[in-house]
Amino acid sequence: MIEIKNLHKSYKMGSNSLHVLKGINFSVEEGELVAIMGSSGSGKSTLLNILGMLDELDEGSYTLDGVPIKNLNETKAAQYRNKFLGFIFQSFNLINYKTAAENVALPLYYQKVGRKERHEKALKYLERVGLKEWATHLPSELSGGQKQRVAIARAMAAEPKVLLADEPTGALDSKTSYEVMDLIQKINDAGNTILIVTHEPDIADMCKRIVHLKDGVIVEDKKIEQVRASQYV
Amino acid sequence: MWLFDRDLWSEVFSTLTKNMLRTVLTTLGVIFAIIILILLLGSATGMINGFDRIFAGKASNSLFVWGQETSMPYKGFERGRPVEYEMDDITMLSKRVEEVDVISPRIELGGFQQAVVVKREGRTSGSRVFGDFSTIDLVNKKKIVEGRFINLNDVNNGKKVCVIGLETYELLFDKGISAIGKDISINNIYFTVIGVYEKSGDFDFDGENSVIIPFTTFQRSFNSGERVGWMAILIKPEYPVAQAEAKIKELLKVKYDIHPDDNRAIGSFDFSQIFTAISAFTMVLQGFAFFVGIFTMLAGVIAVSNILLITVKERTKEIGVRRALGATPKVIKRQIILESIVLTVVAGAVGFIIAVGFLYILNVQTASNTDVPFVNPTVSMTQILVSFTLMTLLSILIGLIPARRAVRIKPIEALRED
Repeated sequence: MIEIKNLHKSYKMGSNSLHVLKGINFSVEEGELVAIMGSSGSGKSTLLNILGMLDELDEGSYTLDGVPIKNLNETKAAQYRNKFLGFIFQSFNLINYKTAAENVALPLYYQKVGRKERHEKALKYLERVGLKEWATHLPSELSGGQKQRVAIARAMAAEPKVLLADEPTGALDSKTSYEVMDLIQKINDAGNTILIVTHEPDIADMCKRIVHLKDGVIVEDKKIEQVRASQYV
Repeated sequence: MWLFDRDLWSEVFSTLTKNMLRTVLTTLGVIFAIIILILLLGSATGMINGFDRIFAGKASNSLFVWGQETSMPYKGFERGRPVEYEMDDITMLSKRVEEVDVISPRIELGGFQQAVVVKREGRTSGSRVFGDFSTIDLVNKKKIVEGRFINLNDVNNGKKVCVIGLETYELLFDKGISAIGKDISINNIYFTVIGVYEKSGDFDFDGENSVIIPFTTFQRSFNSGERVGWMAILIKPEYPVAQAEAKIKELLKVKYDIHPDDNRAIGSFDFSQIFTAISAFTMVLQGFAFFVGIFTMLAGVIAVSNILLITVKERTKEIGVRRALGATPKVIKRQIILESIVLTVVAGAVGFIIAVGFLYILNVQTASNTDVPFVNPTVSMTQILVSFTLMTLLSILIGLIPARRAVRIKPIEALRED
């Protein structure tokens, strides 16, 4: 599903150049649930940006579902993001003047899906995250966990190849975190490929594989026995 | 077609209504601009209409020529010799000056602007008495209240008929009595009234206390012979009146042995000059209205752009999220520009309604006042269309600034934690 070869990325800071990613080789199969871990400055955010087509790589190659991702203009990148990727953010990033259903329907709007179909799909995904009754509520009327579940429904609405989650539980208490992880695990069980950037070991343990980044290189890449979040809920 | 995209519109309206007070304050500039523009344009039209009322019925391409006294000795003649025209001058000028359309010679009993006693059944009026051709109506149209104006038949047959002004009618007749078919006497000669006229504009050379009789009848009745008092000349519209005026004067100077440089022997009045001056004035007025309006509008639209810049900044995160979710730069740009257009056009419409209300009040206030040349201040459909098109174009152009700012927001902003 994801194929990264010899990935380099550096940022220019004035006259200095900061080499953030120093030759990453990394691949993800369909249906995997991968945690990317590392301390701040390890390059995990940069890796996520590149995976999310939010940033361009300097060297190496990135293939997503057989499509080489390179030299994308803004429009093409937006279309690819919409088609291939679903984003889950730390601070949910719901649009606060839109209802839960409207938020979920937003990626479909950018796919030019018809109004009625959008609404039906939005309801379908809200049902999957257990929030169908909350469809007409504004984000301000939802709890943090509910917001993140709406955001997960939104990420899934466009039926992307990969879900990218950036610290999805970073803004939640541990009980709610486990609820969200339980949902993510269930979605993964259904066959979706999910990448989670986190620095919390207990969250990483709930994935099927952990990739450790340090100083721009992968220091550890291991498959683990998944801890089911449902036992904590 | 994205223009009919309900979601795009609801996006636009939800962002604009989020901060209603700010939105309303922002649009004030545009509202004022449109009010000023429409008021100025309407007033300019009001003035044009006002001048039209004053000069209603007057041919704009007309010229009046009369004789004065020579001011220079020439060919053995002394200065101070009166210049008087004759009927064959009319034929000569019609034949030799191609610019001339119609020449209507006139003569007035007792001389220019002399009142004559007109009698009817013991009543009298001091009125001006003109000998006229029916063509005078082409130069100075009279509004006929009753009966008809003199026609070619009256002139050719020298009929003893006359058309009287409304004031003369009031002096000679009791109210409610028809003047048609009644006789009035001038110097003991009787004329049958065939029509009563009213001046058509506020301004009229002849006034309303006048008696107009056919030129031929005048010649026979008052023994004026071939004499012509003055000429009302209609110039073909394609020629400048001044050019014809110069030619006519030159021919008359040769005929009456007047010194070529003697500018005082022949009097003339180019009526087209008044119209040229008025139309130049109103054109400047309209130009000024547009100039002021456009710049006020520009200021208003810039205020709109400014506030949109602020909202774009406020919505940086939201726009970043939208971009991460797959919004193309085009979609973002379109929405900001649409916001700019909606703000401007709605404000313009509000301003337009207010301005039209003002014009209506102004119209009611000035309707009864005939001293001011101001009638029916309106804006034409063309002016409205041009204003609104211009306004929309400006809003698109100015909307590009915040739109470009919005497009520069990278989707990576969505990941930034604040």
